[in-house]
Amino acid sequence: MKTYKQTFAECRKASHSGLKRAALIPFFVIGDPDFDTSFEIIKAAIDAGVDILELGVAFSDPIADGPTIQKADIRALASGINIEKAKDLIRKIKSYKDIPIGLLMYYNLIYQYGTEKFFVDFARAGVNSVLIADLSIDDVDEIYAPARKAGLDTVFMVTPNTEIERAKKIAEKCTGFIYTVSLLGVTGGRDTLSDMIKPLISRLKSITDVPVCVGFGISTPQHAVELAKAGADGVIIGSRIVKIIEDNLNDKKSIPAKVKEFLSQIKEAIEAK
Amino acid sequence: MKYGGRFGQFGGFYVPEVLILALEEMEKAFYKYYKDKKFTTELDVLYHDYAGRPTPLYYATRFSELVGFKVYIKREDLLHGGAHKVNNCLGQGLLAKYMGKTKLIAETGAGQHGLATSMVGALFGMQTKIFMGTIDVERQSVNVHKMRLCGAEVIPVKGGTETLKDAINEALRYWTANVADTFYLFGTACGPHPYPTIVKHFQSCIGIEARAQCLEKMGKLPDIVTACVGGGSNAIGIFSAFVDDKNVKLIGVEPAGKGIKTGKHAAPLNAGKVGILHGTKMYLMQNKEGQILDTESISAGLDYPGVGPEHCLLKDTGRAQYVAVEDKDVLDIFDIFTKCEGILPALESSHSLAWVYSQKGKLPADTTVVVNLSGRGDKDVDIVERNRK
Ligand SMILES: Cc1ncc(COP(=O)(O)O)c(C=O)c1O
Repeated sequence: MKTYKQTFAECRKASHSGLKRAALIPFFVIGDPDFDTSFEIIKAAIDAGVDILELGVAFSDPIADGPTIQKADIRALASGINIEKAKDLIRKIKSYKDIPIGLLMYYNLIYQYGTEKFFVDFARAGVNSVLIADLSIDDVDEIYAPARKAGLDTVFMVTPNTEIERAKKIAEKCTGFIYTVSLLGVTGGRDTLSDMIKPLISRLKSITDVPVCVGFGISTPQHAVELAKAGADGVIIGSRIVKIIEDNLNDKKSIPAKVKEFLSQIKEAIEAK
Repeated sequence: MKYGGRFGQFGGFYVPEVLILALEEMEKAFYKYYKDKKFTTELDVLYHDYAGRPTPLYYATRFSELVGFKVYIKREDLLHGGAHKVNNCLGQGLLAKYMGKTKLIAETGAGQHGLATSMVGALFGMQTKIFMGTIDVERQSVNVHKMRLCGAEVIPVKGGTETLKDAINEALRYWTANVADTFYLFGTACGPHPYPTIVKHFQSCIGIEARAQCLEKMGKLPDIVTACVGGGSNAIGIFSAFVDDKNVKLIGVEPAGKGIKTGKHAAPLNAGKVGILHGTKMYLMQNKEGQILDTESISAGLDYPGVGPEHCLLKDTGRAQYVAVEDKDVLDIFDIFTKCEGILPALESSHSLAWVYSQKGKLPADTTVVVNLSGRGDKDVDIVERNRK
């Protein structure tokens, strides 16, 4: 199974005029807008050459998400997605291509499944890490050992208001990458990059070698290029892609091609930067 | 964070990283000021002159005759704003002021907490935004009007069940983007640490007064203390003073809505499972996978799928008992009690009165019961009228 380490090493090798290439990481809600379409969309993303997949399992009360991903959660739940089906989709994706997969979830779903069992079962399905949006480094003990034992990497969030000593602690517990939130706020497309993100990347780079992947609000090829230039090891694009799904619900068959086209643009931009 | 905010296995602070700093600041400020002489003096004056504390403990003669034992009413309904919520809002509002915050946000269900926050926002000259589910905006329109009159902005929240849970989701999202200058004035003894502790502290005046009033009026402690339980603030406020009095029974009353068996209720202590929502580990109404269930209660203030972590522990240790009463019994008691005593109880508080009424003929005549009448029912007159038909 392909690891984050291998992927980030590949990206580093693919450097271009002295700059490493940032990993391209799209985010999807599993089963949005339905199981089959979701699979087609994710395959299209893989075909566009993305490096890592960030996948969400829909939750009824996603407090870290803005309207776009809230609606995606509602669509996925309405289409009948549940934990077992999410696992099935992950297996199908992995048999299509061996690409690293990070899950992004809310704690209650994992807690109800049984934390240890969840990590074991999902590691087996092909997941590389599970990031829990509402579990901070203060409660790392509830998940770190079981995650490592299951063979998962760990990923935690750092935000622009995370103090430096705390960021160090977080970095020490991230074996996969640091999910670096670009702004103060919830997920959602934004027109401009937050002015907090470049200083945050620099701060993180001065304290750790763990890859820094940036998410929340990243919406355009230009954003991706700017972040890559600022030293990001990966760019995570969520709401902007989920919005493509939302905008084309009356012609679901057209969505995979549209997602692929958008991701290809981003990919081209970060490769040519 | 200095403390874990745990009540046994319950509580904690399960929130996105971005909110940690704000919760830490709040914890630090709370422990810095809650015993500070200047702070407590200022708060005491506000409790007394602004809110109307202490509230009386009233012996309900005719209602006592009706049920066949002695019922005392802790009159939180007489407070400014019409509910116990003002206790917490003055406390947290003052804390916000001491912390130098200039903006307040709050969630509200019945509108009582929204109103109390709006009053305090006006009092301290702070810009105030209230998040409220669209269903609640409709069913508690009088309070919406009052909040706006106080100068607050009421933000109707669509999505989900459009009730208290969704208002909290949206308030948390807003806070995430505005943590630097905004104080989230949380309305109940639930949510992430330090809220359960802070809210309990500012509501503990209810129990401290009630206990002293019992000793004065009855010459002894009561046999039973009862309160309705939504998130649990009025209940923990009165329970906390009696927790160490082992002979005093504590009865929390949850909303059974259309009936526990129908699933259409909001009674996590009676029919929920331990889970995590809104930053805390607690009993929670959820499906097998952990998706949060829709709740139903005639009282907007109790219409919430979770419950404060300290109540979860009190349930597990057996120190308090949690029962549930259905909407229809709540509507009945609203009428019965009002006709008996000329006091309109809030539909929330009517839950504890309904439990007391259910004990009619079952308790010895010398039994003494203290009911925390957490609020007045003026806001509910329309709903009661509509449901009569
Ligand atoms: C009058 C009244 N009582 C009780 C409640 C329930 O809240 P808690 O359980 O925090 O006391 C509310 C909430 O709005 C209320 O307005």
